[in-house]
Amino acid sequence: MLEAVLILTAVGAAFGSLLAVASQKFAVTVDPRVEAIKEALPGANCGACGYPGCAGFAEAAVSGVVPADGCTAGGSDVSRRIAAILGVEVVEREREVARVLCGGGDRQAPFRFEYSGIQDCQAATLLAGGPKGCTYGCLGMGSCVRACAFDAIYMDRNRLPRVVEDRCTGCGKCVKACPRRVIVMGPVSRQVHIVCNSRDRGPVVRKVCTVGCIACRLCVKECPREAITFEDNLARIDYTRCDNCGLCVAKCPTKCIVSTAGGMEVARGA
Amino acid sequence: MALALRKALAGGIHPPERKHLTAAQAIIRPPAPESVVIPLWQHTGAPGEPLVARGDHVKLGQKIGQAAAFVSAPVHASVSGTVVAVEPRLDALGRMVTAVVIESDGLDTPAPEVVPRSQPDSLSADEIRNIVHQAGIVGLGGAAFPTRVKLAPPADKPIDTYILNGCECEPYLTGDHRVMLERGADCILGLGLLMKAAGVTRGYLAVENNKPDAVEALLPAAREAGIAVAVLPTRYPQGSEKHLIKSLLGREVPSGGLPMDVGVLVSNVGTAVAVADAVYHGLPLLQRVVTVTGRPVRQPANLLLRLGTSFAAAIALAGGLGEPAGRVVMGGPMTGTAQFSLDVPVVKGTSGILVLGRDESLAPVSTPCIRCGRCAESCPMRLLPLYFDAYVQAGNYSRTGELGVLDCIECGSCAWGCPARRPLVHSIRVAKGEARKRS
Repeated sequence: MLEAVLILTAVGAAFGSLLAVASQKFAVTVDPRVEAIKEALPGANCGACGYPGCAGFAEAAVSGVVPADGCTAGGSDVSRRIAAILGVEVVEREREVARVLCGGGDRQAPFRFEYSGIQDCQAATLLAGGPKGCTYGCLGMGSCVRACAFDAIYMDRNRLPRVVEDRCTGCGKCVKACPRRVIVMGPVSRQVHIVCNSRDRGPVVRKVCTVGCIACRLCVKECPREAITFEDNLARIDYTRCDNCGLCVAKCPTKCIVSTAGGMEVARGA
Repeated sequence: MALALRKALAGGIHPPERKHLTAAQAIIRPPAPESVVIPLWQHTGAPGEPLVARGDHVKLGQKIGQAAAFVSAPVHASVSGTVVAVEPRLDALGRMVTAVVIESDGLDTPAPEVVPRSQPDSLSADEIRNIVHQAGIVGLGGAAFPTRVKLAPPADKPIDTYILNGCECEPYLTGDHRVMLERGADCILGLGLLMKAAGVTRGYLAVENNKPDAVEALLPAAREAGIAVAVLPTRYPQGSEKHLIKSLLGREVPSGGLPMDVGVLVSNVGTAVAVADAVYHGLPLLQRVVTVTGRPVRQPANLLLRLGTSFAAAIALAGGLGEPAGRVVMGGPMTGTAQFSLDVPVVKGTSGILVLGRDESLAPVSTPCIRCGRCAESCPMRLLPLYFDAYVQAGNYSRTGELGVLDCIECGSCAWGCPARRPLVHSIRVAKGEARKRS
């Protein structure tokens, strides 16, 4: 009995001191800031920053490869905390959210053929550019919804994506997932949007969609702040100039300019 | 000399041929249509540039579109008449392509340059290549690759063999079969010209063994010209050029490579006939044999159609439809493209117009993969389609690249035999698109 206790104690002491020496000799120095930044990050591993996950971003931030506000998903809150950990300054930026610039759902913009392939927007564009009559509009198969790591997009009954502003972190994954480039990022406070992506001429747009931009330029004339520009048969709003006055919304003959002041649902009349 | 049967390709399938609908009927030359829509982009490569404007009068065979780059091809008027529009029109691949719309005057007045050549046999290789280019000749097997580009390989790729491809392994299509039967001598003549242009002395004419009459028709002319007729086992996709080269010569085209990397050029029999027409008769490529077939078609036939004839007109020339159509496909059932409008024109790459009945074109209902491995067994490229499908569903595109998705020839053998009816080829196309984006 005593023998066994002594032997085990001796073995334990021997291995214990071995481990103690090893932990001193082969110690890996971890920058405590990496752990701290990892704690501050959202932890969704969305990959919007370009790194495989939050841990990868944390290391890159400490080594100075990415700026402290490189985590778009975290927003200004996370940026401030990371800046504090790293001891640097960050410029405050307004939170950006995804804006879907197409209003042509099933009711407004019909398909030109029946599509029975893989239900994915990328796959659908491989067949004659996609089944939608409008070759610029949303295909309605939800690739953006699947790309979103934060559950911030859903498809409505009209088969158009809707963005839940409160949940959207502005990571931009949906922008990359859309083969039609229908989604853009815009400052959350800007509420007037030109909800069309068609570069076709007016008569062509009229044939394929009831709510498309027909290139009439009434909005350009109406805008007191010269916030609307015109290119490739499509009006575009400059969010840095727009002050949400809504004059263009009232003027647009096809109602493709909408205000989200009362929420997307109200604006589009779902 | 006819060669003994060669080894069949590894993998592949044997779908019902359905060639009996049109195989026994001679090619019909219908009257020219009243109007044609001629896209300036009918080939692989850069779109052509228009040479005519609205209101111009054009003659038969006049050049109306010029090549815009080295890999491009000119386009010619297929009727004489008045240009009524030069505007974007829908083509059979669903693209909006600049097209010249010509209202025919019904006279078919030939352009002055369309005259038989006086001394065709004294032409040099360079001259033949130039004629082939000026005549707008592209591969008529379906891919429509400009033939002149093929005939001018880089100096570090010596070519020793030219194969004329008369396999026509796609079900339903019989245009090449009829061309070999009716214009066998011109096939051999055209192959001779192609060989001269490429500086090659060894030529093969490859035919599947389901066309013994074609072999018989070609033998006398081939024997005289010293060209070997190779008879291959009937197995889809034997007509794929990579597999043809492997079966005939035992050479394997490297991954990502072209036939010229193993010293071989391959052309379709229709292309050879077009080359013979261009060199001997000065005739540019303005018509082609199109198999209009399928159960709903009243009189399935091989029609020699002017380029720019609409699909609707082509089907009407074949007697119209006797039952409602479920699907209209350009090309064959394995590799063709489904159409959503019959208002698209026949182009250089249109080998057939296939109409399927309602019951033949039901959308498949996919169920989960049962990992039976049938797709891997039938894949002639020795790939693993089931994993491409699984990785595409998981969004893991880099893995599909590692598994060689870019080597897939999209023959459809995997999807044809899949008991779970997975959309394998569609998945592979998605993966290829992503892989190209990344590279």
